[in-house]
Amino acid sequence: MIERLVASASSYAPDIDGLILLIAVLVGFWFLLTEAVFFWLILRFRARDGQRAEYITGEEKSQKRWITIPHLLVLVCDIFIVVGAVRVWYEVKQHLPEAQQTVRVIGQQWAWSFVHPGPDGRLDTADDIKTVDELHLQKDVTYHFELTSRDVLHSLSIPVFRLRQDAIPGRVIRGWFRPTKTGVHDFQCAEICGIGHGIMAARVIIETPDEHAAWMAEHAPTTSLAAAAVR
Amino acid sequence: MAETVPSHPPAPEEGHPHHEEMSFWSKYIFPLDHKMIGMQYLFTGIAMAMVGGFFAYTFRMQLAFPGIEVPGWGLVSPADYNALVTNHGAIMIFWVAMPVLIAAFGNFLIPLMIGCDDMVFPRINRLSYQIFFLSVLVLIASFLVEGGAFGGAWTAYPPLSAKAEYSLTPLGSSLWLLAVALEFVAFLLGGINFITTAMNSRAPGMKMYDIPIVVWMIVLASIMFMLSVGPLVAGAVMLFFDQQLGTGFFDPARGGDPVLWQHLFWFFGHPEVYVVLLPAMGIVAEIITVFARKKLFAYKTVLYTAFGTGILSFTVWAHHQFVAGIDPRMAHIFTITTLLISVPIAEMCFVYIATLYGGSIRLTTPMLWALAFIAEFLIGGVTGIFLGASGADIYFHDSYFVLAHFHYTFFPIAIIGFYAGITYWFPKMFGRMLDDRLGKIHFWGTIIPFNGIFLPLFILGLAGQHRRIYNYEHFPELATPELQALRVLATVSLLVMLGFQLVFLVNFVRSLRRGEKAPQNPWKANTLEWQAPSPPPHGNFATLPTVYRGPYEYSVPGRAEDYWPQNAPE
Repeated sequence: MIERLVASASSYAPDIDGLILLIAVLVGFWFLLTEAVFFWLILRFRARDGQRAEYITGEEKSQKRWITIPHLLVLVCDIFIVVGAVRVWYEVKQHLPEAQQTVRVIGQQWAWSFVHPGPDGRLDTADDIKTVDELHLQKDVTYHFELTSRDVLHSLSIPVFRLRQDAIPGRVIRGWFRPTKTGVHDFQCAEICGIGHGIMAARVIIETPDEHAAWMAEHAPTTSLAAAAVR
Repeated sequence: MAETVPSHPPAPEEGHPHHEEMSFWSKYIFPLDHKMIGMQYLFTGIAMAMVGGFFAYTFRMQLAFPGIEVPGWGLVSPADYNALVTNHGAIMIFWVAMPVLIAAFGNFLIPLMIGCDDMVFPRINRLSYQIFFLSVLVLIASFLVEGGAFGGAWTAYPPLSAKAEYSLTPLGSSLWLLAVALEFVAFLLGGINFITTAMNSRAPGMKMYDIPIVVWMIVLASIMFMLSVGPLVAGAVMLFFDQQLGTGFFDPARGGDPVLWQHLFWFFGHPEVYVVLLPAMGIVAEIITVFARKKLFAYKTVLYTAFGTGILSFTVWAHHQFVAGIDPRMAHIFTITTLLISVPIAEMCFVYIATLYGGSIRLTTPMLWALAFIAEFLIGGVTGIFLGASGADIYFHDSYFVLAHFHYTFFPIAIIGFYAGITYWFPKMFGRMLDDRLGKIHFWGTIIPFNGIFLPLFILGLAGQHRRIYNYEHFPELATPELQALRVLATVSLLVMLGFQLVFLVNFVRSLRRGEKAPQNPWKANTLEWQAPSPPPHGNFATLPTVYRGPYEYSVPGRAEDYWPQNAPE
């Protein structure tokens, strides 16, 4: 349903789309049924001359079951939705798979900055690559992100990953994603953060291993500098 | 409880100079009469709705045609845009839905429907409106101070709202907060009155289960408001201190926690949805029973589901915070409670629909509004399930899907509910009939464009469009011509809908002066307000009524008439 409007580019995007489809089917059924009954009743029981309305209290068991049975069925649907929602939530937000790489994402008024590990694959070393408004990722690599903010609340939102997570100053929030398709996509701030909120746009660039290696070679601090730092 | 039947309290002597000619000043400006205080709330609410509507027009024009000079406003800067969306939200909830649905209808209807001459505390009632009016002035002032109006969204999340260096509105944000706090005080005072009056001043014979649903709903809403607003008032004081005294309640650098505000805000904010929903549901219950000539299906069930909703609504607040950085395990609990609350609300809708069965339905203007409420609110209800389910909310949070969803709940509540109520009670309020033909033109001219505004926004939300962005040209994936066309469609629909509101205004003003004189009971309704003259004089009833039966005894077999007023002995 959603992938027609927005590409699906993370390992868990199909699960979130599936959950949304499940909910759409269940509530769509109830919605259409209820509206159909509703409009049918309006048409069927329009006032006619000389015909009086029936006197129904709705307090008797035989009458009340018209309410209680649908009510129980709604509850059953709710259980299906809860189970689906909990499973997807656990996978995306609660459970952290082993990371192959870690990136740091920092929100501030009004830009995103990113710290990528350099060729050594680790953060906080001399070859880290820092960028502004461009997050470079490699396809089919499981990333952890460390999200924080320098000032106010921001929200990391990558629609193609189906991911949103608020950034809070003073906290580092850890989460994960695994890009599954190459491409360049919008990266948004989804929490109002002041007058520049509307221009706090960034891009996520998902590359093949070769492209990613080339980008890293081009942008990593020169080896001599890195070596000097290590020494 | 049901056995204790209260008698009339003695009329407070100071509050009721009966049959005396009052000066303009004491009749219209400082009234003690509940009906006149209701009118004050009503007209203030309508005026604020025009302001909120104008803001919506301004920012929708900017979204559809970025960078144009909006007629009546001019160029919309990012700061303007933020201030407009912030105050549109705050005004429509705090200064339109609350005063109109609870205060205006509550004040006008409660004493009339329970058969007494006025509120228990007329002076507190007057004070309630005066504080409310003050809150309006403070809100307006927040637009005029240096730095401009607050633009940190109606939810006012700190640190953005707490520090002038972030929000750039040093005075605007404090005045805004003060206005909201004053508004809360006004409604606390009003709520005390509603609850006390409904419990103590009922006409002799009116048992608990004889109280009309709308009165129950307003009383329950007032109780919920009283129980939920405390934490937010505390939070507002803390935020005000952070803004003006430099404390650090919400400042992480000094050990505070910005997420704490979100808990305080939503602990109030979610019950608040039901605080305005219940009165609207009550209005709809009155109207569908009258125009279907039917007894309300399972009166007690409606009452219990309303109680259930009220209690459950205190346990769902963190579904606004799934992705806000709370412990991920918390999401499971709030998903379950949120989906549970769909059960009583769905049941209430089923009850209303079941009431139509076997009826003799007349599609008058108020009935059209009441039915439209059910049809449209259902869309708001079912789309809420997507957001209450934690896994799906990861994608939908803070997107236009959320925005479309809550407009499908709040628009039926605040606008459709208001029009249903005003077209139904207008003859009682002003003693004249509204024009039915203009009423129907206005109805269709509102309902069709309403869907034209918000259905496209669901699609934009599905496409990943996030909220509170003044110009989507900065986001290549959102700046496509197809998505822009949807934005234009929404804006054009809004223009059409706003245009049709003129029909209502014309109808309203013309009917006030030249409408057909309303009989005492034009709809042949059972409830007590229709047994008073139209409009009711100060003191309401010539002789205070005694109640013999419930409010929904329509089409009782064996009677000549198909209605049976609550106060008719036989």
